[in-house]
Amino acid sequence: MKAFRGEPSIYASARPEDIRAELEVKDLTLKFGGITALNKINLEVHTGELVAVIGPNGAGKTSLLNCITGYYKPQEGEIRFNGENITHLSTHHLTRIGIGRTYQNIELFPGMTVLSNMLLARHIHSRYDMARASVFSRGVRREEIRHRRILEELIDFLEMQSIRKAPVGSLPYGLRKRVELGRALALEPRLLVLDEPFAGMTLEEKEDMVRFLMELNEAWNQTMILVEHDMSVVMSISQRVMVLDFGVKLAEGSPDFIQNHPQVIKAYLGDTATID
Amino acid sequence: MEFFLQLLINGVSLGFLYALSALGFVMIFKSSSVLNLAHGELLAIGAFLFLLLSAWAGLPIVVAFVLTLVGTFSLGFVVERLFLRPLIGENLIEVIMMTLGLGIMFKGLLLFIFGGDIHSYPRFLPESLTLQLGNVQIPSVNVAAFIVGILFLIVFGFFFKYSNQGIYMRSVADNQPAALSLGVHVRRVFALSWAIAFLVAAMSGIVLGIINGINVHELSAIGLKVFPVVILGGLDSIGGAILGGVIIGLLETFTGGYISTSLREVVPYIALVIILMVKPYGLFGLVEIERV
Repeated sequence: MKAFRGEPSIYASARPEDIRAELEVKDLTLKFGGITALNKINLEVHTGELVAVIGPNGAGKTSLLNCITGYYKPQEGEIRFNGENITHLSTHHLTRIGIGRTYQNIELFPGMTVLSNMLLARHIHSRYDMARASVFSRGVRREEIRHRRILEELIDFLEMQSIRKAPVGSLPYGLRKRVELGRALALEPRLLVLDEPFAGMTLEEKEDMVRFLMELNEAWNQTMILVEHDMSVVMSISQRVMVLDFGVKLAEGSPDFIQNHPQVIKAYLGDTATID
Repeated sequence: MEFFLQLLINGVSLGFLYALSALGFVMIFKSSSVLNLAHGELLAIGAFLFLLLSAWAGLPIVVAFVLTLVGTFSLGFVVERLFLRPLIGENLIEVIMMTLGLGIMFKGLLLFIFGGDIHSYPRFLPESLTLQLGNVQIPSVNVAAFIVGILFLIVFGFFFKYSNQGIYMRSVADNQPAALSLGVHVRRVFALSWAIAFLVAAMSGIVLGIINGINVHELSAIGLKVFPVVILGGLDSIGGAILGGVIIGLLETFTGGYISTSLREVVPYIALVIILMVKPYGLFGLVEIERV
């Protein structure tokens, strides 16, 4: 039976200025000692886009994401988000201005339920203090109900109704990935950064995840940037693809363009000349 | 029977003090997995700061008390900023060695300033605090220890359960990257946990100072006693720290009362060894089972 899908009345009704996400990466260079992980990378992401970053292992994909989300501090270059220079802002600040992320290896609070995991993401939107929370005043209650409604919309959307109260540690891998996506969404991010959202999933789980991401992007206009290995998935869902190889940007363009790009084929499959 | 009750009461109030000092220790361990080997010295710092302000500077007791708490709290931030923050990202063992060094340094400084003698506070606890239950008399110090212990544990319980900072601290303790991705200011959490550890250590240092007199060596030795307490209760459980404190307190006073006073100091460590062999995660500790 198909799960009931409630209309996302709060979550999806954000005003256009609340979902504005214009990311601009300019000449970004990141070095670890003598290794140049990223070399003069340029990338633009506009509101409502779904951009994928691909590349062989060690190409610097995750490093790029970590720069955008404030985990790594690049030596050169600039990252701007909605006009603001965010290169040197710290992670907690970036979360507040609307950059949410998920990890390649799921990072959840395993002992807590799905709901509590997601609720924790709401703290950046909560306004009450300890005194009012201790007596659970009317304002606090109203706010809690609003948080909970948003979460319920997300739970409906991600079809997690049946595991709402299950401890995260007891869930299978694919579902945990879904919970992590739900938690990142609970931050109401303007820009959602996904680090290998399909890694380690079964085919069915991948199909579900693709469906969620497509719908997020198309129906809710969620801006996303994702790193992924699975080429077929990337080519089918993203509007634009950027290819990295050894920290250098090889190409950027539509999936069709990338699939037929000689240098990309060379990076992935090796040089045709050496084969014959 | 009276003797038994007397020991029981002494044990419980001593236990609350142990619990209080273990609380600071557990807090640091929970948020950053660091075993703070300077914990006993933190107790001593609090006790001596209070001595300085109350007896030597002659401030009113309440003012001196509040100033001590404010002072140790700020000192926690300073120590974290100067000595521990530069080590974030280094191996854990380096951080632990740093706390060992800090402990020795603090101890040396205290000995240098105050000497190794036993000091004592002016008597300031009102006699009316002394309780008379039938034939059993509870000294005012023990009543004070009891009140302070329970009060602080309640305040911290609420802090961890309901305040944003408290929830951040718990989230960092549970999973640091996850907390980071949710917008928790992890460095501030580290700093705050050190500041709170300094503060609660000062609290228990003061009360222990009232009971036993203030002596650098004795107070810093109590730092070692938090180990049986937290191992018993589980290294990462605050509820466990409280119960562990009370159990160790009771063990000490009963051994001291019924068996021998010289055994008293050793019993907590005997308990430590037994617990480690029987239930290595403590009574309430988190058993880490990873599903791969």
